[in-house]
Amino acid sequence: MKDGSGEDQNVAPSVYSHVSRPGSHRYKNAKKGLPFNVMLVGESGLGRTTFLNTLCERMVVSKAEKTNTEQAHIAEPMQFKHHTVEMEEDGMKIILNIIDTPGFGDGIDNENCFMQIQEYLESQFDEVLAEENRIKRNTKFKDSRVHALVYFITPTGHSLREIDIEMMRRLGSRVNIIPVIGRSDSLTPRELVLFKQRIMNDIAQYEIPVFSFPNGEDEEDEETVEENAELRAMMPFAVVGCEEVVNEDGRPVRVRNYPWGMVQVDNDEHSDFDRLRYVLLNSHIGDLRDRTQNEIYELYRTEKLSGATVADAMDDMGGLQHGAQMASVA
Amino acid sequence: MSASPNDTQDYVGFDTITQQMERKFLKRGFNFNVILVGESGMGKSTLINSIFASHLIDTQGRRAAQEVIRKTTEISPVTQTLEENGVRVKLTIVDTPGYSDQCNNEGCWIPVIKYIKDQHAAYLERELKPLRDRVIVDTRIHACLYFLNPGSRGLRPLDVEVLKRLTEVTNVIPIIAKSDSMTIEERTAFKRRIKEELAFHRIVVFPYPSDEDTEEDRVLNASIRELIPFAVVGSEEVIEVNGKLVRGRRHGWGVINIFDESHSDFVHLRNFMLRTHLSDLVEVTAQRHYEQFRTSQLRQIKELRAQQAAAAATGGAPPMPSQAPPQAPMASGVMHQPMTQA
Repeated sequence: MKDGSGEDQNVAPSVYSHVSRPGSHRYKNAKKGLPFNVMLVGESGLGRTTFLNTLCERMVVSKAEKTNTEQAHIAEPMQFKHHTVEMEEDGMKIILNIIDTPGFGDGIDNENCFMQIQEYLESQFDEVLAEENRIKRNTKFKDSRVHALVYFITPTGHSLREIDIEMMRRLGSRVNIIPVIGRSDSLTPRELVLFKQRIMNDIAQYEIPVFSFPNGEDEEDEETVEENAELRAMMPFAVVGCEEVVNEDGRPVRVRNYPWGMVQVDNDEHSDFDRLRYVLLNSHIGDLRDRTQNEIYELYRTEKLSGATVADAMDDMGGLQHGAQMASVA
Repeated sequence: MSASPNDTQDYVGFDTITQQMERKFLKRGFNFNVILVGESGMGKSTLINSIFASHLIDTQGRRAAQEVIRKTTEISPVTQTLEENGVRVKLTIVDTPGYSDQCNNEGCWIPVIKYIKDQHAAYLERELKPLRDRVIVDTRIHACLYFLNPGSRGLRPLDVEVLKRLTEVTNVIPIIAKSDSMTIEERTAFKRRIKEELAFHRIVVFPYPSDEDTEEDRVLNASIRELIPFAVVGSEEVIEVNGKLVRGRRHGWGVINIFDESHSDFVHLRNFMLRTHLSDLVEVTAQRHYEQFRTSQLRQIKELRAQQAAAAATGGAPPMPSQAPPQAPMASGVMHQPMTQA
């Protein structure tokens, strides 16, 4: 990375350390580091790898140049690639586990991809279920349940494609889905506004369960309620990622250089990346973890143990907060 | 008729054939048919509207939440007559909504290939009529603009499958339409990669080398091949840049002028398609792709007749065509299948 990593290779220096924001610090005292598992899903070319590197502020994955031309036409089956980075956010230590999914949607027939991801998500739940039921439990048990799935949407400017709708519908009950628009610098500001609206309309129309920044049951803090409403209005987040850093007034900034101008990744007017990063690693890391444990996992558990269907289990649970809340905001 | 500089008694005057042909051409006009193949949202309709500087087609992409998702590739031709300086062109743009839009895209190219072959078949049928038109209506596809996904590392498996089939039946021009999300370095790397992969898979795109090429042609074609795939940006919107009105896109960080060669290959593509290689596109369709189709069709008919004659000679049962029309599911037999008219 051009920004010169800090001496300590384990903790990535933050490009954003000059920005101070208020946020929830419930986990500030976790000394060992808070585990946070995020899955990235999207067709190749939407900036998934770049997002990963930009999020972690280091070249976690170098863009693998498939030097082998002969392999190009062979659809690689989707893989799950794990990367772990220790991060520090506002004094909070996070063990960020990223699960990348190269190969998703790249083949001619992509129906299988959904099943693969579903199986992955469920097998993490199964492990927790098994662990809970052990007589002698493992104190060092690593919880690999996925807390958030960032799903990359192609910037067509139209509406959601079939693969987008199917993907989010099938997996929305198994993980917090955060839809983002990849390569959003392909759209003008006006196009982006319209695109976001159309996507949210689709999400409401098809009742697609995405993470909608729900307020806690006892949430009384005005600021938090407002913040959640604001975030809801920004959905889906428009991201531009890049690894190149230049020095602007002595500060390192990530940019993409075009002949007609320069996109600044951490400029809120150019991209929602900054905000999304804050949501994932700071303001909503607790919410995402909690919801995974208390709602998503519990739903799965009930379903599994009682052999009931998802619909039955949801009735018992009083319904997950999902598309229903979106309908009112669309 | 302009006077020849050598207006002596030895001047014969057959060099005026070009002007005579021009006048005939002006009277008759010509057909130009283009098919657009690519996922929805790749910028197909915007680009073609930009190239011809008129709103020829509407995007067929899904906009409203109530619109259903197409389950198959549709063929959607739109014909308009444009006129420029007395020259009329009957322009048909064939859009292919639904192509590559599903989770399972197996076979999504079949309606496209079938349509292209059907036009060859229709032309052959008209040509073979005992009493045929003086000028046969030409619905054959002269150019196929194939839209690549910007940002992909190279050709995707679907691209390889489809390009192989498309290049066998028509002139293919590969394009990256929404190239304004690629930096110059990314574009260069992508183009290089695509060229390598096309060569590896022996996919031959237009322009083809020809024995008739002059040195000038060769140089021009070489420079075109350097550019492929064309990295273009299309726009129907006119915006103001430095006091001038241009077709472009206004981003938060700068303004793109689609005619600016440092911003996009748009001008090169337009000149290539319309100003230098337009007649080539039409001619090559007739001389190469149509001829190939015609030859294989007529051969089949001949073989079929031979089989029937052989069966009749031996006094056998009424002859059944034992040989099915070739390369199912893509073929359209001249005699057997209904024609699709543009």
